Amino acid sequence: MFDVDAIRQDFPILNQQVNGKPLIYLDSGASSQKPLSVIEAMDECYLSYYANVHRGIYKLSEKTSDAYENARKKVARFINAKSWREVIFTRNTTESINLVAYTWGRQNIGAGDTILLTEMEHHANMVPWQQLAAEKGAQIAYIPVDACGYCDMAAFDRLINDSVKLVAVTQMSNVLGTVTPLGEMAAKAHAVGALLLVDGAQAVPHMPTNVQAMDIDFLAFSGHKMLGPSGIGVLYGKRAILEDMPPFLTGGDMIRKVTFEGAEWNELPWKFEAGTPSIVEAIGLGAAVDYLNSLGMHEVRKHEIELTTYAFDRMCQVEGVHIYGPPDPTARGGAVAFTLGDIHPHDVASLLDREGIAIRAGHHCAMPLHEKLCVPATARASFYIYTRPSDIDRLAESLDQIRELFEG
Amino acid sequence: MDDFYRENILDHYRNPRNKGRLEHPTHTAEEHNPLCGDVLHIDLLVNDEDVIEEVRFDGQGCAISQASASMLTEMIEGKTLEEAKQVSKEDILEALGIDIGPVRLKCALLSLKVLKAGAYGLSDWTEEDEDDW
Repeated sequence: MFDVDAIRQDFPILNQQVNGKPLIYLDSGASSQKPLSVIEAMDECYLSYYANVHRGIYKLSEKTSDAYENARKKVARFINAKSWREVIFTRNTTESINLVAYTWGRQNIGAGDTILLTEMEHHANMVPWQQLAAEKGAQIAYIPVDACGYCDMAAFDRLINDSVKLVAVTQMSNVLGTVTPLGEMAAKAHAVGALLLVDGAQAVPHMPTNVQAMDIDFLAFSGHKMLGPSGIGVLYGKRAILEDMPPFLTGGDMIRKVTFEGAEWNELPWKFEAGTPSIVEAIGLGAAVDYLNSLGMHEVRKHEIELTTYAFDRMCQVEGVHIYGPPDPTARGGAVAFTLGDIHPHDVASLLDREGIAIRAGHHCAMPLHEKLCVPATARASFYIYTRPSDIDRLAESLDQIRELFEG
Repeated sequence: MDDFYRENILDHYRNPRNKGRLEHPTHTAEEHNPLCGDVLHIDLLVNDEDVIEEVRFDGQGCAISQASASMLTEMIEGKTLEEAKQVSKEDILEALGIDIGPVRLKCALLSLKVLKAGAYGLSDWTEEDEDDW
């Protein structure tokens, strides 16, 4: 039984008034709120056993190192990696993708090669590849998104060929909510010798993710969207691929041996973790994974499909609401981008804020997609484990009031 | 929510003053706010006495950016170019009459930015340097 009221007890921040109205937080797609267990795990480290990791020959450092490495193991199991050595801690999804672009990309992408993306990528999974392509004389090709927000897989079949060295796609669009067919993409990418990099920022927090079953080569995601703190992200990579990659940042902790002439790299995963990492943030992420596991990711997904179904039904009752992305709630996530007549999304967001409702408005770091959708911006309500159907009622009622206000 | 978007904002949004383009402007400038996709264009017709005889704005965007542009045109029509340069951020906020957050501030001041760029003939005019601190 998925008990949202009980879950909300773990998120004291949700119990407050904003502009004199009870807070309705519908921006988890940008960043999620944090349960007490995460905050307490981080507090406990700072209050009772904090020290730097991997260095000290003393109790506190050993305990912190254990907690840090234990968090890595939790994350590895959460995505079903073969080994904890395949999990690299970064700052966020963006850094994870840049790590691959700067190391694997520079070593493996050359003139005439193709990097295949979708039209609905977040800038984080577009700009690093554009930069790399410009540097190497490679080209970018885009898998089109059809009118309903689905990837055009017939076009994918036409675009995939021997020149493609990397397919880099979102697991779930942060605007359209579309869930991409990763298994099929992985098989087709591997058939031409390309690798599959997945931007899991939106999906990993919201649905079960199994890197082995999906045969993903790289998976990037962020802690702060999955109940964890900001400043901690993850790059998963298949071990054999990571072993062959040169380091990203160099310096302390990522070396085995340094002489005046040069250095030998540390083993995985530390080869990619130069300098003091986000120690307490990693421990917080470990606690977030525990929390999600206690709910069960299949249950989380089920809850969000129910919410999205309800949101479609409820929001479409408001005159002028247009929802973007797949109409089938089982083929998408709970990030619902919409417009309200010709009212600018920033006006919608400002007026919702007056009602205590937090949503995002803008291009959601997907300007090319908005160009394709022929709108400068959209409003986006995004749901999570603590979202109630009554929150969606409040949203729909307020949208109706905004429409009336503008109609005058 | 009615008290936030005051009637004057909605009035200017629904019935913008001086909207359109001038056929032979003496000054013209355009700017867009990539964050919200707002585009704003201002044409001025300034006579030999440096008086703004006619002003038009054109563009698309949120109610705040469109209403503030409409209000701004009313403020500067008939004024000298020198007087128009004196219009400040505070004047716009006072005309809007609302307490605005930092993100929406950019919407509110887009027209002023375009006006200053046009009036000063600078394409790289940015918001008041005083905002830097």
